[in-house]
Amino acid sequence: MPRSTSIRALLAGAALLALGAGASADEQYFPLQSYRVGPYAAGGTGFFGGFIDYLNLVNSRDGGVNGVKLTWSEGETQYEVERGVEVYERLKSRPGIAAWNPLSVGIAYAMIDRITADKVPLITINHGRTDSTDGRVFPFVFPLLLNPYSETSGIVEYLATREGGLDKLKGKTIAVLYHGSPYGKETIPIYELLSKKYGFKVEQIEVPHPGNEQQSQWLTIRRLRPDYVVLRGWGVMNPVALKTAQKTGFPANRIVGNVWSNSEEDVIPAADAAKGYVAITTQASGAQYPVIQEIVRTVYDKGAGNLSDKKRIGSVYHNLGVLNGILNVEAVRIAQAKFGHRTLTGDEVRWGFEHLRLDEARVEALGAKGLFHSINVTCANHEGEGRVTFQQWDGTQWKVVSDWIKPDWASLRPIIEASSTAYAKERGLTPRDCAAEEQADIQSGKRASVDGK
Amino acid sequence: MNPELSFFVEVVVGGLLSGVMYALVAIGFVLIYKTSGVLNFAQGAMVLFAALTFVSLVEWGLPFPAALIATLAVMVVVGLAVERAVLRPLVNQPPITLFMATLGVAYVIEGAAQLVWGTQVHGLDLGIDDTPLEFGGVLVSRFDLFAAAVAGLMVALLTLFFRYTRTGLAFRAVADDPLAALSIGLRLPRIWSAVWIASGIVALVAGLLWGARLGVQFSLSLVVLKALPVLVLGGFDSIAGAIVAGLIVGAAEKLAEVYLGPFIGGGIEGWIAYVAALALLLIRPSGLLGQRSVERA
Repeated sequence: MPRSTSIRALLAGAALLALGAGASADEQYFPLQSYRVGPYAAGGTGFFGGFIDYLNLVNSRDGGVNGVKLTWSEGETQYEVERGVEVYERLKSRPGIAAWNPLSVGIAYAMIDRITADKVPLITINHGRTDSTDGRVFPFVFPLLLNPYSETSGIVEYLATREGGLDKLKGKTIAVLYHGSPYGKETIPIYELLSKKYGFKVEQIEVPHPGNEQQSQWLTIRRLRPDYVVLRGWGVMNPVALKTAQKTGFPANRIVGNVWSNSEEDVIPAADAAKGYVAITTQASGAQYPVIQEIVRTVYDKGAGNLSDKKRIGSVYHNLGVLNGILNVEAVRIAQAKFGHRTLTGDEVRWGFEHLRLDEARVEALGAKGLFHSINVTCANHEGEGRVTFQQWDGTQWKVVSDWIKPDWASLRPIIEASSTAYAKERGLTPRDCAAEEQADIQSGKRASVDGK
Repeated sequence: MNPELSFFVEVVVGGLLSGVMYALVAIGFVLIYKTSGVLNFAQGAMVLFAALTFVSLVEWGLPFPAALIATLAVMVVVGLAVERAVLRPLVNQPPITLFMATLGVAYVIEGAAQLVWGTQVHGLDLGIDDTPLEFGGVLVSRFDLFAAAVAGLMVALLTLFFRYTRTGLAFRAVADDPLAALSIGLRLPRIWSAVWIASGIVALVAGLLWGARLGVQFSLSLVVLKALPVLVLGGFDSIAGAIVAGLIVGAAEKLAEVYLGPFIGGGIEGWIAYVAALALLLIRPSGLLGQRSVERA
């Protein structure tokens, strides 16, 4: 963190302490388990910077959500689970907590029991436990937009479009280079499943953490001569993969990165070796979208922007943070429509997330057309049918090279339900009856409407 | 050449060249250990700090040679500061105290690096094209060949330094017997300062080469994980041992990953080198070329 930013952070912290830092009656509070130092600080500063920029935009432009001011404070985790839990314990008693957004699989796993007991939503946008998609078993966890299984299906669908159709995948070979961690291994059965379904051959190759040496893996790939390599990486593993691919003569445009291999931080260190590399994303990068332009005008031009380097506005992590801000704020807005324009409880915000339905028209009204497609969260589906697109690195920036693609959710849902059912059985949980809850919502909506008349 | 044989040669050559890169980091450890008996856990952090300083200066617009000289100066200051502020006051403390002190220094340097230069990831282009060269169907990385040449040159310079210069001979005397060296009038503090400076310079060379390979980012400090089995195998106090062990570790882990990996699940190269190092420890605790210590009871 540059010195000026550190000083600003200290002053902000002191100011928060002086003010008591809690949410008053008309405030909704976001505790942020951010990581601005340590090995993953580049992603952390971008994501949390984008999130805070959007909250700032809503406060400055609209005076908050229907008059309820948005507040937040940060606790540094350095992406470490024990620090993340410590920040949770420290901040959880603040009033008016809307949701937790740790952007860390490890911290999220460690929080599931805690947030369920405390009845506050846990948002794991584009990551987290795949089976937490099943809201019947995980009522407070929301892997919004994309879980790892949908990501896998989205990548296979994209490769099919490059080949001219799903039937053309038959006989092709796809190598999956995955990070040697639970995160990296999570999609192994899904690639196996899809390879059987579509008739392609899959070879899955592990790269030990942290992935700073991959000569043997890429030599194995060279011997296999696959049609495509899917990169399921994290951190330093990504640029090293691209560089080693170049060393072993594998073309970058035949490598497709997953959602944690898709940022500027993954390609810039690889320099020319990354030219032509393609990666999946749920949100396009670039600063041309109206909402990002509004953030520039309303927040940065007034000196209140969170990123110390303005060149990072519109980068992958910054836009992911902005999108996360949009989803959190809209969930609060939707919940307010039911419960009133006031500080909501965590459980009320959960209801908002479970009714987070933003169609293309609403996305356009939010100034995010092209930034992301849509979302349709329900009681049973906490992922929300996010669409994916693919971007190609041209050496200086990402360029969108595909339409918005729908993963094959129908094929994946039974596997998700099998896993969530096993979890429920192991924990002695009774899954919620979502149909009954939705019916009750409809009835209460009708009653409210009659009372209003 | 038979395709299988050609593939085998490619795996071995790739492994040997990777091993040279591991040895490059290990040499920084050896220099400090050889003269002061301290296992400097901060070597990885120094590699990160050197690379981050250099790349930031280049991005500020300094020409390559000027940035190199400025970074060299910074690393000299860092080396001296660590020796003066941390190690010298702890002289005669048990080895574990000194090790823990360097562990603390590692965290301080990593934190300072991010505080001063920021947290962004940087690319580092040393102007070496990394398209592979082909020799009879075997692909060899140009960059790795260049890195091996630089490492070889550095080892040659260090060997000449230790054999033929007054300071180098003093280093060896201190390494052999610090008390005897002190009794003949060698100034230990001056030698320790010099060796920390040398270690800073080695960190700069390693930082530039590893930085060009991985990108300049926080995980550069993790390259020490690759150097540790090399140190155990080669001996903590032998530069030649570091090179030999680097080559062995590099080739062995690649061969194991490619030929054993498919049978035992893959991803084994992260720990296979440690298996070899532990096995050797049981047979030869001082490593392949490390000095055997003989103590009277």
